Amino acid sequence: MKAFRDLLDKQKPLFEKGGKLEKFYYLYEAGETFMFTPNHVTGPKGAQIRDANNLKRYMMTVVIAMIPCLLFGIWNMGYQHFLAVGEEPEFWPSVLLGAELVIPIVLVAYVAGGLVEGLFAVVRKHPINEGFLVTGMLIPLIMPVTIPLWQVALATIFSVVIAKEVFGGTGMNVLNVAMTARAFLYFAYPTDISGDVWTYYGDKVAVEGYTGATPLAVAAQANIDGEAVTAALDASWFGQLGGYFEPWNLFLGAYPDSIGASSVLMCLVGAFILILTGVGSWKLMLSTVLGAYVMGLINNIFAVNTFMEMPAYYHILIGGLAFGAVFMVTDPVSAAHTETGKWIYGFLIGVLTVIIRVFNPAYPEGIMLAVLLMNVLAPLIDHYVVEANKKRRLKRGIARATV
Amino acid sequence: MELINLGIRAIFIENMVFAYFLGMCSYLAVSKKVNTAFGLGLAVIFVLTITVPTNWLLQTYVLQEGALTWISADLANVDLSFLQFIMFIAIIAAMVQLVEMVIEKFSPALYGSLGIFLPLIAVNCAILGSSLFMVQRDYTLSEATVFGFASGVGWFLAIIALAAIRERLKYSNVPDGLKGLGITMLLTGLMGLGFMSFMGIKLGNETEDETAVPGADVKEQTELVVPKQDNAVTMQE
Repeated sequence: MKAFRDLLDKQKPLFEKGGKLEKFYYLYEAGETFMFTPNHVTGPKGAQIRDANNLKRYMMTVVIAMIPCLLFGIWNMGYQHFLAVGEEPEFWPSVLLGAELVIPIVLVAYVAGGLVEGLFAVVRKHPINEGFLVTGMLIPLIMPVTIPLWQVALATIFSVVIAKEVFGGTGMNVLNVAMTARAFLYFAYPTDISGDVWTYYGDKVAVEGYTGATPLAVAAQANIDGEAVTAALDASWFGQLGGYFEPWNLFLGAYPDSIGASSVLMCLVGAFILILTGVGSWKLMLSTVLGAYVMGLINNIFAVNTFMEMPAYYHILIGGLAFGAVFMVTDPVSAAHTETGKWIYGFLIGVLTVIIRVFNPAYPEGIMLAVLLMNVLAPLIDHYVVEANKKRRLKRGIARATV
Repeated sequence: MELINLGIRAIFIENMVFAYFLGMCSYLAVSKKVNTAFGLGLAVIFVLTITVPTNWLLQTYVLQEGALTWISADLANVDLSFLQFIMFIAIIAAMVQLVEMVIEKFSPALYGSLGIFLPLIAVNCAILGSSLFMVQRDYTLSEATVFGFASGVGWFLAIIALAAIRERLKYSNVPDGLKGLGITMLLTGLMGLGFMSFMGIKLGNETEDETAVPGADVKEQTELVVPKQDNAVTMQE
């Protein structure tokens, strides 16, 4: 450790004012502060907080919270491959294959995004944005495993530049950066991110009768055919294989979906880490899940079609709702900032997710667009929460004055 | 029920700003503060709610072919629809004048902050656009009223959402070249992305509708068919 510190210190003059590599100071700074606690402090003006935490560590906590999802995703992607081609899915081969598929995607997202970040930091002379640590991990987790790597790179660059850098970097973005990346691919290359893309076949052929349809796709299809959703889930290829679409297994997450988004259990572990460290807001997570559940119940009451009859808790188990609620909705920048606003924001995301899933045949999964839409409306929610607060306190003041 | 569906569609699915990109000039210019945007949004709702049904009456009883038969049967062949634009604009301008006088009387502060954009509602394309959509889609009088009102609400929602975001953006370090309108344009595109969530929702028993997406084979995660929009480019970046 000491040697490393010395090495960094030795390089420092090169990057400081007057040094040869002055231009690249912020790259150096990023590396230094990433590994060691920086020694600079806030100037005499402004808020002073003494804490071992800073934005980099804050973001790293989120990345750590995502690791269970990533590891599970790595295993699951390999597992799904072996299931699909009809081989016995053993543990280690699954993990190895999964790693072979997933790790390049993660690397590409980090490298592509990192290059853009570095470029912006050097040209615009601002420190490298820490938020990217999270984005670079989130983007792979919400991609299908078969996504071409160049698309991952393109989407990452697009979202980092258009959704974040043009607004001035971390802390300023309006839309969730990772969701923007996914939405970009969704509208730009729809065939690579929807359809039968959730399982990797390699050069082998899937066993006969296999469909890689996700539970949400099965549900949407059942709705069209007028069958009960739960029955359709049981009757699907996965259901027949051994109850893969039973609620318990949906909770565990061993079914085809985006790399990291299928397992509710792993999302719960992540949520636990986030809440324990105080990084993620439990209000946002709870209200999102609540919103989806309440909307599911309302659907059950009206129950015009079979998708609306689906038990409400299924909405939480299938698809990316849990992942979105834990890692996307809690993005502290694009969410509502006020405490009351958080409840409204999360609740509406849950409601909208279910509405989009059930009523919009164009999109099988709703969480992505629900989050983006509410990102757009979050400042408005905040504005009115603040206004209402002002009004209430003013009234209180007047009441006190007249007593 | 039909009317409610129509209203919801006009507000969310066929939002004037995000689906058709109409009424952009005042949308971009008067969205710096929520309160001002709120005032302008209300004015637009009011003008739309009045002008669309008025224009409907005008279209049905004066302009379209054979509309004048209620005066005398001889006029059955008269077709005044070439006057459509100018008549619609005249009605709109008159209404805007009215709104302007009312606002000036009751809220001079809002009048001051809206400035030139208040009279410019008269040439706001969202307003003329709604009247023309109304003609094109053969709405009845009640439908026209609901459509006018709901389009206004959609526009209102869009402008206050943008204004709230822009108030927050005040603290952002936006690159020089993009400051002001540039970033607002980008923002509008990104907001349109959010509103894409509603495209393709079918309401009630609409039968054939150009925004509907064929849901016939959703079999494998629905090959996405981006809904066809008349003249909108939703992702402009």
